[in-house]
Amino acid sequence: MSECKVRRRERDGITILELDGLLDAHTAPKLEQMFQTLLNDKKFKIIINCKGLQYISSAGLGVFMAYLDEVRNNDGDIKFSNMSPKIFNVFDLLGFPMLYEIYDIEEDALNTFRTNKR
Amino acid sequence: MYGKYRMSYPSIPMLKILSRTENLQKVREFIKQHAQQCGFDDDTVYNICLATDEACTNIIKHGYRNDRNQEIELHIVISPQSFVIRIFNVGKCFDPNSIEPPNVLKYYEKKDRGGYGIYLMKKLMDEVHFFFSTEQRNEVRLIKYR
Repeated sequence: MSECKVRRRERDGITILELDGLLDAHTAPKLEQMFQTLLNDKKFKIIINCKGLQYISSAGLGVFMAYLDEVRNNDGDIKFSNMSPKIFNVFDLLGFPMLYEIYDIEEDALNTFRTNKR
Repeated sequence: MYGKYRMSYPSIPMLKILSRTENLQKVREFIKQHAQQCGFDDDTVYNICLATDEACTNIIKHGYRNDRNQEIELHIVISPQSFVIRIFNVGKCFDPNSIEPPNVLKYYEKKDRGGYGIYLMKKLMDEVHFFFSTEQRNEVRLIKYR
């Protein structure tokens, strides 16, 4: 059975979610639950650190799509970092780099939150 | 004895699962094992696994509407030219041509999270076919050339 660990931490008021494992239709609800918790906590500046993410299917990508609007309407954003080429390829095939900011390392994503309004 | 003249048919690897998302990992492992044996590189193996996952996820969610007790059967047919995955099910039919290629900006505006699965399958494989039948099983056929 697939597993995806979602670890939450904060840096300078920005929430970082570290994904570790396989994000598919079975594990996506766990990530969705986490997003629900973040919105309840009024945390709208979110970085998804994909360092430990080995696999993603469209069910996983759908979670980010589902919450993007609400996050941006609250002056926040969902940004990505530390993506492996395999994971980036799936994002790229679907045209997601047009919609999301994707950074090589977490620090770069943090800096854009620090310097920009969003 | 007929041994000398007998045709030898290679066995077709087969996996039967219940329509539950917890079985997707089993599906990917099954495909990975056989695609690796065929000599595909890592990226191609990953893509074939993802395409098969998307097909099975669609069947579970849309074909069987999350009914956890239906069957999905996968066959792998390997020839010198191709690696073919045949996915059989008896779920609800749909018109695959009615699925538009996704436009992320449009989907974002519509707040829609679906519609990527079939597009990904087509992008990742060389050929994707859907066969629907009210009398027999439906089939999704994914083909990768070697």
